[in-house]
Amino acid sequence: MGEHHGPMKGIKRWLYATNHKDIGAMYLWFSFIMFLTGGALAMVIRAELMYPGLQLVDPNFFNQMTTTHGLIMVFGAVMPGFVGLANYMVPLMIGAPDMALPRLNNWSFWILPFAFSLLIFSIIQSFLGIADAPNFGWTFYAPLSTKYGPASTDFFIFSVHMMGISSIMGAVNVIVTIFNLRAPGMTLMKMPLFVWTWLITAFLLIAVMPVLAGAVTMMLTDRHFGTSFFDAAGGGDPVLFQHVFWFFGHPEVYIMILPAFGIVSAIIPTFARKPLFGYASMVYATASIAFLSFVVWAHHMFTVGLPLAGNLFYMYMTMLIAVPTGVKVFNWVATMWRGSMSFEVPMLFAIAFVILFTIGGFSGLMLAITPVDQQYHDTYFVVAHFHYVLVSGAVFSIIAGVYYWLPKWTGRMYNIGLAKLHFWCSLIFVNLLFFPMHFVGLAGMPRRYSDYSLQFADFNWWISIGGFGFGLSQLILLWILIDVCFRKKGEAVSDQVWDGADGLEWTLPSPAPYHSFSTPPVVK
Amino acid sequence: MAEKNTQYYVPEQSPWPFITAVALFLVALGAATFIQQNSGSGIVTNEGSSGSIILPLGLTLIVIMMFVWFRDTIKESLANMNSPQMDRSYRMGMLWFIFSEVMFFGAFFGALFYVRILAVPWLGGAGEEAMTHELLWPNFQAMWPLTQTPGGGTTEAMPAWGLPFLNTVLLVSSSITLTIAHHALVAGQRNKLLLNLFITLVLGFAFLFFQIEEYIHAYTELGLTLDAGIYGSTFFMLTGFHGMHVTIGATMLTIMFLRALKGNLTPDNHFAFEASAWYWHFVDVVWLFLFVCVYWL
Ligand code: HEM
Ligand SMILES: [Cu+2]
Repeated sequence: MGEHHGPMKGIKRWLYATNHKDIGAMYLWFSFIMFLTGGALAMVIRAELMYPGLQLVDPNFFNQMTTTHGLIMVFGAVMPGFVGLANYMVPLMIGAPDMALPRLNNWSFWILPFAFSLLIFSIIQSFLGIADAPNFGWTFYAPLSTKYGPASTDFFIFSVHMMGISSIMGAVNVIVTIFNLRAPGMTLMKMPLFVWTWLITAFLLIAVMPVLAGAVTMMLTDRHFGTSFFDAAGGGDPVLFQHVFWFFGHPEVYIMILPAFGIVSAIIPTFARKPLFGYASMVYATASIAFLSFVVWAHHMFTVGLPLAGNLFYMYMTMLIAVPTGVKVFNWVATMWRGSMSFEVPMLFAIAFVILFTIGGFSGLMLAITPVDQQYHDTYFVVAHFHYVLVSGAVFSIIAGVYYWLPKWTGRMYNIGLAKLHFWCSLIFVNLLFFPMHFVGLAGMPRRYSDYSLQFADFNWWISIGGFGFGLSQLILLWILIDVCFRKKGEAVSDQVWDGADGLEWTLPSPAPYHSFSTPPVVK
Repeated sequence: MAEKNTQYYVPEQSPWPFITAVALFLVALGAATFIQQNSGSGIVTNEGSSGSIILPLGLTLIVIMMFVWFRDTIKESLANMNSPQMDRSYRMGMLWFIFSEVMFFGAFFGALFYVRILAVPWLGGAGEEAMTHELLWPNFQAMWPLTQTPGGGTTEAMPAWGLPFLNTVLLVSSSITLTIAHHALVAGQRNKLLLNLFITLVLGFAFLFFQIEEYIHAYTELGLTLDAGIYGSTFFMLTGFHGMHVTIGATMLTIMFLRALKGNLTPDNHFAFEASAWYWHFVDVVWLFLFVCVYWL
């Protein structure tokens, strides 16, 4: 079947896509559009919080902004971003022609725009003042989301079901591709770390997305069919919702960081011109993080009144996760140690990732201490923590990956000067935005309120400046991408692109041919 | 990986996945609208009947899409376009999909254990949550099955050794006959295959029939309903989702029966049969857990 035909013409190429690069590109653009959409909602939040008192929006609308911002960023921006990179890169990295199940791959992608249109439709209605969008926080705790949820909750529930189907099918595809389509000689322990981290991420996805589906199903029946899962009067328990949600939710945060580890582990060796330090320990660390992530979920629930023994168990388990995480950070630093380093744009983002993610890890450790979390919980300290790991962690790694592989995808080098500007603006503003949140959080400013006490005013003004600055900086990235993808600007690059780069993807021409490897390469 | 690794098979572009995504969208949109318009829960007010048009439309489209999509893969398989590697991809895909289903049931089993072992005793005053009991429902007594809820609802428990036990026997036997059918297929014994597959189907549909009987009994005589407190919630959600999976499995096996009649399952090319059989065994194992944890103990 060596027929070397190209794709279909026009829109059909995309609607009926079965090619992993086409689908990967669509995932990445979808992710970027959601990133800008979610970002716009965050701008509303920061505009309201710039000064104390209520000035722009009413509290209910404010709640809808925090809720939909979180949902869009987690499910629409970060997760599809990583899936896009997996689609594009995993076949190239293991010497496969495509993903194992190309039609399923198309389905997984196209479910997403429809799922999000359900959510975004409620947001538009909310902006127009017609009806409320979901307003119960991205964690949609019962009974806020059951008894008290607005009408859009039901559409939200089905939208989550669709995202779940998409993620599960996407994950099945990744696992099967990795297990079954590796080129001869590509043993498991020779796989690039990005492939390893995605293999384990895909396992986590298949294990926990169905549990999320269970949670929203119970919500639906509690809302409409009289069940009492989360209603104590019928013998249920609202805390049950939190258990089910966080059984999904904590592995979910690792779903959003393990592929990031893989990306950074690809970039740092390239620009340090040394092989990755401690490859095997990286693999084992990833696996132990994934394993432990199933037994720490109640660290999100230290204040709901769990039995003491429960709180202690989850505290120790959570602290244990810091060990494999520490191994990783150590290995990245050791890789750079005495390397002949150069600081191209992907490397800048990767180094920023290592430092800022570590800050997020440390605040995580502080939160893991049960007694002190009694004070930190539901304050801006938590917000600071998870934005350090998610924005300067997960999002930075996706951007780093894009800057790293973009020349391979397009065959052209992007505007490096602008990209460096994008980096420095992002770096400065992300810290201006999230670092002061630690201070106001420790001082007791609660999260998810549209107003705050006067003593928090100065910090919040700076935080908002950081927020607007960070948001605007991302438009530089938008321009860079348009420039190189659509205006076809930029100099042609070699196959290897970066002189220190190593791996199968760099043996293919830039851009890579339509069917990546139609005959498998041999890996020695 | 000795065989056929020199060339890969990559399917053509196909319109079906995209249309299936549209269909799924219609189902989601239609279901949410339909439920709001018809559940009568009063939690939202939504007049109109658009849901009862969009939902069936979406469901029909999904069925059509499954038909054409699977028809394409069957054609490819019959035309011998599938390499052993492709076959392995399908197999692994199915197994991981079943794993995701296991985790879906896991969520509901988890909820069951949580309320039985923790929530209900706490409501009855055990452990550190005594104040909820004291302040809200001082007369409530913890028990399982929870036949009297804190809010005052009452119901009766479903006994294990009547219909549920009969259903256990039916489903376990169907797994055995299905295995016999599978061996017959591998051995190329067409009649034995058809007979055993047919018996499997009869047992499966009998199971569904008795489950409907059981539900009618629960609703009309025991007062055991979906809104009869957490016992009813867990009972109907667990057995209901299981019943739905039995229906899906039985549909898959019916299609296998028709394909076997047409003779397009061969001893060395019958992935679809094996996938359906795995699914059936999975549904069977879930039932055994249900029987023990929901009905018996
Ligand atoms: C060193 C590893 C980590 C530790 C010890 C840790 C610990 C914690 C703890 C204890 C909380 C609960 C705080 C509270 O609500 O009072 C929390 C919240 C959170 N963490 Fe982490 N974390 C770690 C890494 C991560 C990573 C890698 C991510 C994501 C990429 C992440 C994302 C989140 C999110 C999203 C929340 C807040 C959820 C919410 O309530 O909205 N964490 N973390
Ligand atoms: Cu967590």
